[in-house]
Amino acid sequence: MADTHSVIGTKNKKGQTYTDTWQLMHEAPRTPSFYTGSEVIKEALRRASCDVMIAYPITPQSEAAALIGELFAEGYIGDYFRGESEFAVMSQCAGAAFGGARVFTTTAGPGTMRAMENFPMWAGARLPIQMIVTCRGINSPLSIQPDTLEIAYLLNTGMLVWHAETAQDFFDWILKGYMVSEEPDVHLPLALCCDGFFVTHTKDVVNLTPADMCLPPYDPYRSPVPCMDMECPPVRMMRDPFVMKSNYISYATHASWQQEVWAAIERSRKHTIKWLNGLIETENVDADVLIVASGTAVSQGREAIRLLEDEGMRVGLVKVKALRPWPGEEIREATKHAKHIFVPEFNVTGWLAKEIKATIPNSDRVHAGPHVCGGMTMPPEIIVQEIKTALGMKAMSLAGRGS
Amino acid sequence: MSKERIKIAPEMYDIMPPEYQDLVQKSTYGKEGRGWKDIGTSKELIEEHSLCAGCPESMAFRYILASLPTPEDTVMVGSTGCTSLVFPHVAVHNIHSLFGNQNAIASGLKRALTVRFPGRIKDVVVLAGDGATVDIGLDMTMQAWFRQEKFTTICFDNELYANTGGQESGLMQKGFVAKMAPVGKTFEKVRLPEIAREAGCHYVVNCTVSKPSLVEKVIRNAVLIARELGPTYLQLYTPCILEIGKNSMEGLQEMRDSEKPNERFAYKEYISEPAKQFLAELAAKDKEKKDAAKQLTGQEA
Repeated sequence: MADTHSVIGTKNKKGQTYTDTWQLMHEAPRTPSFYTGSEVIKEALRRASCDVMIAYPITPQSEAAALIGELFAEGYIGDYFRGESEFAVMSQCAGAAFGGARVFTTTAGPGTMRAMENFPMWAGARLPIQMIVTCRGINSPLSIQPDTLEIAYLLNTGMLVWHAETAQDFFDWILKGYMVSEEPDVHLPLALCCDGFFVTHTKDVVNLTPADMCLPPYDPYRSPVPCMDMECPPVRMMRDPFVMKSNYISYATHASWQQEVWAAIERSRKHTIKWLNGLIETENVDADVLIVASGTAVSQGREAIRLLEDEGMRVGLVKVKALRPWPGEEIREATKHAKHIFVPEFNVTGWLAKEIKATIPNSDRVHAGPHVCGGMTMPPEIIVQEIKTALGMKAMSLAGRGS
Repeated sequence: MSKERIKIAPEMYDIMPPEYQDLVQKSTYGKEGRGWKDIGTSKELIEEHSLCAGCPESMAFRYILASLPTPEDTVMVGSTGCTSLVFPHVAVHNIHSLFGNQNAIASGLKRALTVRFPGRIKDVVVLAGDGATVDIGLDMTMQAWFRQEKFTTICFDNELYANTGGQESGLMQKGFVAKMAPVGKTFEKVRLPEIAREAGCHYVVNCTVSKPSLVEKVIRNAVLIARELGPTYLQLYTPCILEIGKNSMEGLQEMRDSEKPNERFAYKEYISEPAKQFLAELAAKDKEKKDAAKQLTGQEA
């Protein structure tokens, strides 16, 4: 059986040194590199000691999925292939994870929706698969443009869900994600989301860890459920399969299993706080007005704050990094002074605002918006206008918005 | 898996369930030439099941588990249906995840086991009903064959959805009146064995489970060919006596009636050229071994 500790300092077949992850992420030298988000995903995977990656084309994740294929050809990934649909791919990922592999995949928009049946199964089967979600529209008529509505559907699957703002988040969180997911008291899949195109297709300076250092390999024997490889006793799992029974034992078993999945999300909190340095980041939260956002809406919020600062108005910021586990305590604390809380989002329903309203006292402080969707960009000016309008201030009229 | 792994520490022996004690003492993990004749004299890899009395699927299950060439290194993949009532009693690692995705699960599983255990045998065997294999899962069934995934797909064909109460399935005969086919099924039984051949399977057999020795032979061939060459497919008639209006003791006769010449489960097989060659080599090796054994016993005598 693989012993994670004994391999630290040894080399893999590509000559990379298995490195303690804390040391790799916090102490190893970093090299600034100018990459697209897709290229950053590839570079993170190069260092992830990944056993199996399964790919399927869908915009805007196709480039990243294909680039990881190049890594496979170079010998950095154990196995790699193109599945036949996202539903099949997520099942193939499950099969590989059941067999004890560290598994990675990427998807987007309609692909996430097509694969949806798999996600509660992943969580229930305690498979620590990592799935990159490069969010895009899921509406009809067909759209390939950025839109984060699909995240709303992931929030109740039992998966861990993180929302990256930048390519740097992405690089770090892919590697850190496995550390949280694979903890024996967590052992859950992670949906690592970003806003498609804005992160995947733009170039940014990203500080990379050395390419000759990689994560320790996954040890499937630390899993809280048996790895399906016939290397441990194949005991009969139950005397009376409760799968389709209608009796109290059956209900109680299923209920406690679901509760255990959500308890595992709770237990992931301490690990997530450690690795992500908190579930949220805050700036100037003593201000009367706050912007609370996740993903690239955070970046647009920062710009709006700068514009308002120029006009002499002080606005604070809360960046929500983890959605599952949900940073309820942190958000309550960060928003306790705020009189007005604005939640800009790249989707039509405002799922983040709903989560925040359900979390804080006096939820009428929450202004759900501005919302853009269907691929629209979110110029900082519309955030500024939303804030000014809500506060009864005179706002510049914006062309095309009928205001 | 080494047999050492299932051994019980002497201090713990008396607190282990009797079926586990039996498994350690009398199972056939690692036994060369294991087969259906071990049933009755060894510990089977299936405990009591919760299928209907007389269900031919329960016979099929027992023959298959007795015939797997290397159960100690085999992982099975099931799907939703009557089989999922049995798998929890099976002493071989097995996966149930969703309905119809069994060949996708098996694809990922086989690849993971190949990455993790280079140079070692780790067989993967899919066992699912006809709804899972042909209807909801057909895409994934066939795509695994196109990709030449090295595992065996077994379909328990009972020609309907048994577990949900007897609805029409793609493998149902034309004209059969069932739930969701209120005026009789309007199209022919899907010809999956022929599709399997065209999709790249190296070994395809269509038969009933009336003869255990035949089941043993085709299971062994299918698993060994899949291990070496590529996908194999077995379609086994396991009639749902409940839903076709038969009594508990009539399952065997139903299978015998359906396997007569020109009936839909008359024995049919397809073997690819490389698989034929492989089986011939296997037979030659077996003969060599038997001859050597004969010679040895001759010398001893």
